[in-house]
Amino acid sequence: MKSYDIVIIGGGPAGLAAAVSAKESGIDSILILERDKELGGILNQCIHNGFGLHTFKEELTGPEYAQRFITQVEDLKIEYCLHTMVMDISPQKVVTAMNREEGMFEIQAKAVILAMGCRERSRGALNIPGYRPAGIYSAGTAQRLVNMEGLMPGREVVILGSGDIGLIMARRMTFEGAKVKVVAELMPYSGGLKRNIVQCLDDYGIPLKLSHTVVDIKGKKRVEGVTLAEVDEKGRPIPGTEEFYSCDTLLLSVGLIPENELSGDMGVEMSPVTSGPVVNESLETNIEGVFACGNVLHVHDLVDFVSEEAAAAGKNAAAYVKGTRTEEGGREITLDPTDGVRYTVPATVNTARMDDILTVRFRVGGVYKNCYVSAYFDDERVIHKKRQIVAPGEMEEIRLTKEQLAEYPDLKTITVKIEEA
Amino acid sequence: MEIRKLTCISCPMGCPITVEMEGAEVISVTGNTCKRGDVYARKEVTHPTRIVTSTVKVTGGAADMVSVKTKEDVPKDKVFDCVRALKGVTVKAPVHIGDVIVPDAAGTGVDIVATKNVEEV
Repeated sequence: MKSYDIVIIGGGPAGLAAAVSAKESGIDSILILERDKELGGILNQCIHNGFGLHTFKEELTGPEYAQRFITQVEDLKIEYCLHTMVMDISPQKVVTAMNREEGMFEIQAKAVILAMGCRERSRGALNIPGYRPAGIYSAGTAQRLVNMEGLMPGREVVILGSGDIGLIMARRMTFEGAKVKVVAELMPYSGGLKRNIVQCLDDYGIPLKLSHTVVDIKGKKRVEGVTLAEVDEKGRPIPGTEEFYSCDTLLLSVGLIPENELSGDMGVEMSPVTSGPVVNESLETNIEGVFACGNVLHVHDLVDFVSEEAAAAGKNAAAYVKGTRTEEGGREITLDPTDGVRYTVPATVNTARMDDILTVRFRVGGVYKNCYVSAYFDDERVIHKKRQIVAPGEMEEIRLTKEQLAEYPDLKTITVKIEEA
Repeated sequence: MEIRKLTCISCPMGCPITVEMEGAEVISVTGNTCKRGDVYARKEVTHPTRIVTSTVKVTGGAADMVSVKTKEDVPKDKVFDCVRALKGVTVKAPVHIGDVIVPDAAGTGVDIVATKNVEEV
């Protein structure tokens, strides 16, 4: 059986940044396993600009951002396999994978970094009545067809869900000559960035209907149209508000779900909130030596933060393999998300193993204006950050320092919450 | 006097901004809750610009399409002209990031360049 110090599952932005960081931390034996024909993951189909403002201080397109990391992987001579599907990872870190050249094969890893990314929520998860005609695509599928395969999914388009991919595709389809009639969003606010609403919808006069959903799809062989209706505060369609839109295509941009079949099968503990692994300050799962980063851990808005998180995972995995990480003397502190904060990554902090500054990322469950992001160290409020607005569509963060935690030797729980002013 | 209504994109607040204009001159900016909103609104009503991104066909390469962008932002009213300048354009592999695909797109003085490497096969 082949063996590597670190095997990275997935060659997208998370896997690439983790590999570069692990290599720079002194590990030479690294293998990236990627199922697609090229490295870069979803960035390859995200041809719009706006990537890299934090990392490179310039606005890049997705493929350009990916290439910056691919070049580093090539320069550092990090090994990777393309067209390779990972079938299983055992708790003993034996990775079973297959491709056309080698068939099925096993690799023993000392550490595994999970970087499989996420997948789109599909029509089946939405309970939309009607037939199952051709012409219904997830926004990401349409994005791949248009941007990578040069195919147009349709000419008259309705989009359900105002996630960023849906907004980006509204503009993209318009550029390619399609008529995008409307974007419907179930929630009373958009899940997408303001910038995308203005530059992808407003610029082209595409209406955004908040608190609306699709209640019927017409057409047996091909979509002929959809019926939208307004919904009440519980998300139930309001009778009498139905409106018919003729179209040949319905795009769904209704959320992303971390892709964790492999993690679950190997016994990694999962968070029901993020659908990703529960991790500690080292981004390590409950299985020692198994780390997670990027969208497989929790869905991000900005790739820059994926790269940052993945670099931390790579560095921590390297320290684990080299045996240089602190194994003793730390206290375990639990992070408790409450009052509007849905989850935190990480979920626990070991005071000895943490870096001098630890970024804790989280999402909120609703829109809060003029509020405070607070952290209580047991009963004492230690962090109290004023925020003009926080919203579910934008990931938030607080920073904990080693120095700060040393001042609280009996600390058991850090509660992270939103407090209204 | 002309009234322009905008949504600020500087942060998730999305302040509704009203700009009063006299010809090309900004008389007042209201509705913003911070300085960034004022700066955004003044630029957006006097000289709005966008980066245009799209794809063109590739022959003889490892991929069928190559992604492209205007090397710099172009005036907003030239966006569709730039998109049209790409119609029917086909390039031969290899193509590399930064290669000029269409020089001086739609008379903007801005080149459209490749944003992905497609090697020859």
